[in-house]
Amino acid sequence: MMQAGTVQAVQDMSDTAYAVSSVVKVVLTFTVVMVVVALLTLLERKISAWMQDRMGPNRVGPGGIGQPLADGLKNILKEETHPGEAAGVFFTLAPMLSIIPALVTFAVIPFAAPMPTRWGVMPMVVADLPVGILFLLAFSSLGVYGIVMAGWASSNKYALLGGLRAGAQMISYEIALGLSLMSLFFVVGNVGLPQVVWTQQRMGTWFFFTFAVSFAFFWISSFAETNRLPFDLPEAESELVTGYHTEYSSMKFSMFFIAEYAHVLTVSALLATLFLGGWDIPFLQRDDMLGFVDGRWVGNVPALWITLVTFLSFAIKTFVFIVIFMLVRWTVPRFRYDQVMDLGWKIMLPASLAAVVVTAATVLALDSAGVTFEQRALGFVPVYGGVLGVVNVAMLAVVVWAMDRGRTLSATGSLDERRARAKQTARLRAIELQTAERGES
Amino acid sequence: MLRPYVPLLVLLALSVVNAIFMVVLSTVLSPGGATKVKSAPYESGMTPLGNPRERFSVKFYVVAILFIVFDVETIFLLPWAVSARRLGWAGFAAAGIFIFILTVGLIYEWKKGALEWD
Repeated sequence: MMQAGTVQAVQDMSDTAYAVSSVVKVVLTFTVVMVVVALLTLLERKISAWMQDRMGPNRVGPGGIGQPLADGLKNILKEETHPGEAAGVFFTLAPMLSIIPALVTFAVIPFAAPMPTRWGVMPMVVADLPVGILFLLAFSSLGVYGIVMAGWASSNKYALLGGLRAGAQMISYEIALGLSLMSLFFVVGNVGLPQVVWTQQRMGTWFFFTFAVSFAFFWISSFAETNRLPFDLPEAESELVTGYHTEYSSMKFSMFFIAEYAHVLTVSALLATLFLGGWDIPFLQRDDMLGFVDGRWVGNVPALWITLVTFLSFAIKTFVFIVIFMLVRWTVPRFRYDQVMDLGWKIMLPASLAAVVVTAATVLALDSAGVTFEQRALGFVPVYGGVLGVVNVAMLAVVVWAMDRGRTLSATGSLDERRARAKQTARLRAIELQTAERGES
Repeated sequence: MLRPYVPLLVLLALSVVNAIFMVVLSTVLSPGGATKVKSAPYESGMTPLGNPRERFSVKFYVVAILFIVFDVETIFLLPWAVSARRLGWAGFAAAGIFIFILTVGLIYEWKKGALEWD
């Protein structure tokens, strides 16, 4: 909670300073994303090796750290095959359409607290768009074009099926992805990502609890959007070789690969920003953080060390989600296609619609009751976020219980199954009794 | 007002240049030439049978249509969601009617079997 005394306007940057800092940020972000993606491929192989009790890549450099570089060089120098019947332009355009949105989407994610410079306060986000999340949703869904185009242009049956599956799956889960974010917009009142972080600081609760349903659905959808296990049907090896990129080789294949890992990185960063408070540090939000409200900066004077520490916090949260992505890949088996579609259309769509209505009613009821974001019960329990959180966790529990239908949670089969079994036993006993009586008489 | 879009355009340009660079570089450095066998579509080592762009299930098409309906719903809900607290219960009622109509549509297509895959 920001004290009234600390509110002060801090000078914005001049045009020249903005231009210079923007170029630095663009180049840095691009480089960091590419390097992190390269390291993620190594991390994935190391994690899979660890989970399967193997060594993993360990020949290139200490601990295999040079493996991504060697892979990249190999991919550039390898021979490129081009299927004779493939549609030439589209075949080349597809990997490009896949990699470009993947690298651009990171631009709107704020990765640290605003940094003080001699020329004014620098927001630590490449492009602080007023339409932040909308831009992200729009651009990340452009990746569908690349994948469907690759599948069609390859003139290969496996590729075509993989591309179609990927297209249908990604657009199906995009609805749940978009609807799950509605609840956040109720309280944020804006679609900018820095505002999402700022609202989480004001409310004193991170949104993974406040909007538990949104968190769960967004997370599940992000697995489907990145085509990773358990949703990797587009590249189901046992049925479709490698799906839409079966015909791709050398650097073009590598581009799909880079795009996938860039998506994993962006989605993890997005999950951290939307639901884990972004660069926010727990129990520190009242001290020195800056926010942008009503066209000006409010809060205490920023400091360089705060920017660095908040960046570290953001990096750790993102890393946690990335590691979970990889652990899940080597833990959960692949779904069947009808299961994937059922989860998206029959469970997540109606449930997220219901969640939107219930959350909206809760928000309006809290407003009618005159509760503010800053209100704390007993001095530290956030009221607004707490009530929303309790309602959301209850809704999530209902969804999980409904999906489970007594299979996992009760561990002894569903209620219907148990009833059927009881009936069967009763009937058998009755027959036994009858024969026994007949034998006596 | 348009200032934040400039760095975005720069990043977009950088990504496009990077993508073109990758494609061109691998084409230039790629050794060997195409032979008839090499450029045949991969079909587990067999001679490809039939048309590779064969007909596919109409289900994919149905999913695309349904996606448009519900994606537009999401887009229409968004302005309400952003200003829900200012619009109050009147806005909630209006959005509720909108969601109700689309939910009826969802139930209809569900009962029609448009969501079944088998």
